[in-house]
Amino acid sequence: MRVSYNWLKEYVELDISPQELAHKLTMAGIEVDSVEYLGEGIDNVVIGQIIDVVDHPNADKLVICKVDIGTDVLQIVTGAPNVVKDGKVAVAIIGCHLPNGVKIKKAKLRGEVSQGMMCSAQELGLDPKNFSEEQQTGIIIFQNDAAVVGDDVKKTLGLDNYVLELGLTPNRADCMSMVNVAKEIAALTGGEFRLPSMAIEETEGQSVSRLADVQIVEEDLCHRYVARVIRNISIGPSPLWMQQHLKASGVRPINNVVDVTNFIMMELGQPLHAFDYDKLADNRIVVRKSVQGEKITTIDEEERELDKDTLVIADAEKAVAIAGVMGGFDSEVTEETTNILLESAYFQGESIRRTAKKVGLRSESSARFEKGIDKAQSAAAADRAAQLIAELGGGQVAPGVIDVYPKPWEQPVITMRSERVNKLLGTSISCDDMKVLLRRLWMEVEEVETGVLKAKVPSYRNDLTSEIDLVEEIARLYGYGNIDTTMPKGEPSAEPITPEEILKTKVTKGLISCGLNEMISYSFISPKAMDKLLVTEGHPWRTYVEIQNPLTEEQGVMRTSLLPGLLETAAKNFKRRQLNLQFFEIGRVFLLSEDRLPDERVKIGAIVSGEQFNGWVQKSTPLDFFHLKGIVESLLQQLDVEDVEFKAAAVPEDYPSLHPGRAAEVILSGECIGYIGEVHPQALSNVGLQQRATVMELDGRLLLEHVNLVPSYVNLPKFPVVSRDLAIVVEDAVSADAIDELIREVGGELLKGITLFDVYKGTQISEGYRSLAYSMTYQALDRTLTDDEVSQLHDKIQDSLLEKFRAKVR
Amino acid sequence: MRDKLQEIKATALDELSKAVNLDQLESLRIKYFGKKGELTQVLRGMGKLSPEERPLIGQLANQIRDQIEEQLQVKRQDLEKVVQTKRLEEERIDITLPGRDFNLGTRHPLYQILDEIIDIFRGLGFSVVEGPEIELDYYNFEALNLPKDHPARDMQDSFYITEEVLLRTHTSPVQIRTMERKNSQLPIRIIAPGKVYRRDDDATHSPMFHQVEGLLVDKHVTFGDLKGTLLTFARQIFGQDRKIRLRPSYFPFTEPSAEVDVSCINCGGSGCRVCSHTGWLEILGSGLVHPRVLEMAGYDPEEVSGFAFGMGVERITMLKYGIDDLRLLFDNDLRFLQQF
Repeated sequence: MRVSYNWLKEYVELDISPQELAHKLTMAGIEVDSVEYLGEGIDNVVIGQIIDVVDHPNADKLVICKVDIGTDVLQIVTGAPNVVKDGKVAVAIIGCHLPNGVKIKKAKLRGEVSQGMMCSAQELGLDPKNFSEEQQTGIIIFQNDAAVVGDDVKKTLGLDNYVLELGLTPNRADCMSMVNVAKEIAALTGGEFRLPSMAIEETEGQSVSRLADVQIVEEDLCHRYVARVIRNISIGPSPLWMQQHLKASGVRPINNVVDVTNFIMMELGQPLHAFDYDKLADNRIVVRKSVQGEKITTIDEEERELDKDTLVIADAEKAVAIAGVMGGFDSEVTEETTNILLESAYFQGESIRRTAKKVGLRSESSARFEKGIDKAQSAAAADRAAQLIAELGGGQVAPGVIDVYPKPWEQPVITMRSERVNKLLGTSISCDDMKVLLRRLWMEVEEVETGVLKAKVPSYRNDLTSEIDLVEEIARLYGYGNIDTTMPKGEPSAEPITPEEILKTKVTKGLISCGLNEMISYSFISPKAMDKLLVTEGHPWRTYVEIQNPLTEEQGVMRTSLLPGLLETAAKNFKRRQLNLQFFEIGRVFLLSEDRLPDERVKIGAIVSGEQFNGWVQKSTPLDFFHLKGIVESLLQQLDVEDVEFKAAAVPEDYPSLHPGRAAEVILSGECIGYIGEVHPQALSNVGLQQRATVMELDGRLLLEHVNLVPSYVNLPKFPVVSRDLAIVVEDAVSADAIDELIREVGGELLKGITLFDVYKGTQISEGYRSLAYSMTYQALDRTLTDDEVSQLHDKIQDSLLEKFRAKVR
Repeated sequence: MRDKLQEIKATALDELSKAVNLDQLESLRIKYFGKKGELTQVLRGMGKLSPEERPLIGQLANQIRDQIEEQLQVKRQDLEKVVQTKRLEEERIDITLPGRDFNLGTRHPLYQILDEIIDIFRGLGFSVVEGPEIELDYYNFEALNLPKDHPARDMQDSFYITEEVLLRTHTSPVQIRTMERKNSQLPIRIIAPGKVYRRDDDATHSPMFHQVEGLLVDKHVTFGDLKGTLLTFARQIFGQDRKIRLRPSYFPFTEPSAEVDVSCINCGGSGCRVCSHTGWLEILGSGLVHPRVLEMAGYDPEEVSGFAFGMGVERITMLKYGIDDLRLLFDNDLRFLQQF
């Protein structure tokens, strides 16, 4: 809502600056987004009158004008097509800076001196659409009586004014009215409020009830319909003062009738509609729902087909307006119009909101109806508008008014306990002071018993319906800043930190300490992302939760895996020439479920690609499968998980995005909780990542079942450790895991640790074989192991390996 | 014998003083004190002496042995010192070479701030609760006093899954779920961090962002308590000199409602580019829990009251770290992430 400071002054005494006013309103909950000075940048532009026009001797398209600016007569050369002798114009005199950055200097144009410039709307930084067509292509020519030679143009154009742009919250739609804003200001500043005159002068003649007929079919959707008829008017421009008020409010002046309806809408917040009375079949108004497929051409000249539920205003034959949203083209007021039927109605907000949404039209009118207007004011607004139309159009208001009012407004009365107000706010405001505050807000207040007030709510404050609403009004006027600052009393919450939270923290810290960078990607993905990742039809990753109204197709479905985001991030960074990539993300994926809500599962995902630079001391190491596997292993170890296995997938088709020979399921105590693997080369190339990458994704909920978040302390060993190495040569087909398992099985309790420290294939080993070198540590908890004991056990391990895997000692 | 001893002493001391390394010193030790060492031999021959002479010579021999040993000891220390000094000199390195590369990972800046926020409210006795990101219309709107067709629904343009299911537009539904779960027990002191979604995508809006919701319900909770809690928060996160200012506002689920501004963290309130020359930065919305919301969740608004607040984590992150482009937070540019 744009509020003109000058216009406001007609309704309320204002002795503070626009900026101070803005602050006061903002601190009272009517947020002022901006304060704009309309004449910004327009200085040294005055009204002049063209007293002579002669052709330019050296240029066909230029003329030389003599312009009287009161203090002087200037010679100005111009090419404007619409210069006319005696015309009053806006003259930018020498030294003037225009809003578009032009500086006016004394100049010669084709040999003739020019001492200034006659301005167009654009040159003054004004919207040309507010001016006549002729003036849109040329300079502004003022109506003779509308401008005084020598005056500052800002005064003439009403630009010596400020506009406060209100960012209204939905509950304060009443402030989409100058009068209601003025009332609010009066409550805040104590300034005197002045209501505009609502007096109406009816003429003799046929009464309105014989001229027209109004019927409301949908009483639930139209609670009141007031009609007046104004006759014998002539359509023309509205007066300058009205145009200036409208322009400042951002409304384009059209003609005296439409301008009055808009003016009253801005002033009182009551949207009005003026029909060309003679174009209403049977002079009838019927407020009804549209029939399926009914058509109406609205004043924007667009034909619209309606469904069966749109509230329309119809005459005896057809719909002539979409109620509260937009009028019809056929019954629109035109230059030929002489008789007007004026509508001032109350349409139910939700219905208007739905209609406006449905037909895709949001007008100043619908914006007001949607949020609820002043129901008690329809007749007064009609009176004031009818009177203004008659005055400005030289017509007569037909006697009488049609006021169909099936759902009369009942003034709400709210009971408020002063003790409760203080209890909620933490204040000690006296009941008398509360009375004063409520009365300032135009409520009738009565103390019905000690400390209990009954307040009658004014008709425009639809937002006030219960005691708590008045508590807020008291707090607002008392000032939030004046309420004492305290800390909550009472007991602290006793809820422990959840295992989910602990796990998330531990995993996050663990992955960060492994060198991964945390990333956050959008929860929605493109369904095409799964094509790129080679995910086959029917794969569970393809059963998405779909968004009905996504912003783009790229964000059409909820992710079922973190993989698309991880790969996209890696590829994006790669394109920025970041080659060494290590990312992780902890976030939810969304799986369709039988329940009303999808299954949201926290996943832990990571991607590594490129190599890790280790500085000059050591060579770089590849960020490959084993790097990420090492991270997963360390993480699981830190989480005290026992029984970890990495196994090739039982059903490789479950992981179509992964390299089939370099992928594994992560299995904890027999349960698969996720996967790790190199990305399939085809998928890599599809996403534009031109180097190998390894990914992993673990399920948070499954992981939680296998971790031990509160480790219990085990006594430190008191007896020494003995180390022995063992190198064997086995066939490639024998997995490291199998060897490890056998060593552990034979080693039993005394074997404390195994480290694989070398894997070798090469000249000294036969083709198809590899050498694995282990370092084993032995320790007993209750004694120092003897050399013999260790040797015996170590040999036993070695023998079993030789036997079971046909291994050779190297 | 006596002469013999004196002679050994003289030679030994002389030789010791001439030793230049630890090897020579060791040979000398063996020469005199070894099994066949000169001094050892002399001492072994003591048995042949008369009982009168034995103690006298014995005393002398011990004296001489001690002297030589002492000298040996001194010499050893000297030589060891020489060796060590030499070694230290040889082991000099170029300490200006860079250290080994430690490849530290990073916590996302948004979550660093979230961690801070959580820490502050934990300290104030709040616990952390999460809720679903895909929510029922009931929890996201209706139970928050936002019935269908309520004009305030326009403030939050939503992504819908079905008519009744949507991506939550705020973390406020967790308020309702928590109150239902608590089954009218007191107190409730929770914060609910998480992702939220709105149909907005431009330079200052992301379709996905993060909020932290707070809720305190108890007996005798006042608007003043809300002010105190938020002031504590603002000072802990933005600095001790920060002031806050509450402005009346409107949220359907709180009343009285307030927008909360903090004095500008850049200029301190005198006005600058960051605060659009107002001296204040809007950081969160808050208010007393609306009685209807309490009622719908099974609490008697005559008996209990509460306050709630909600803040955008992106906004606070951007303010604290001076990030001027929201998009950076979800772009995951390594060069950006590694700055934090």
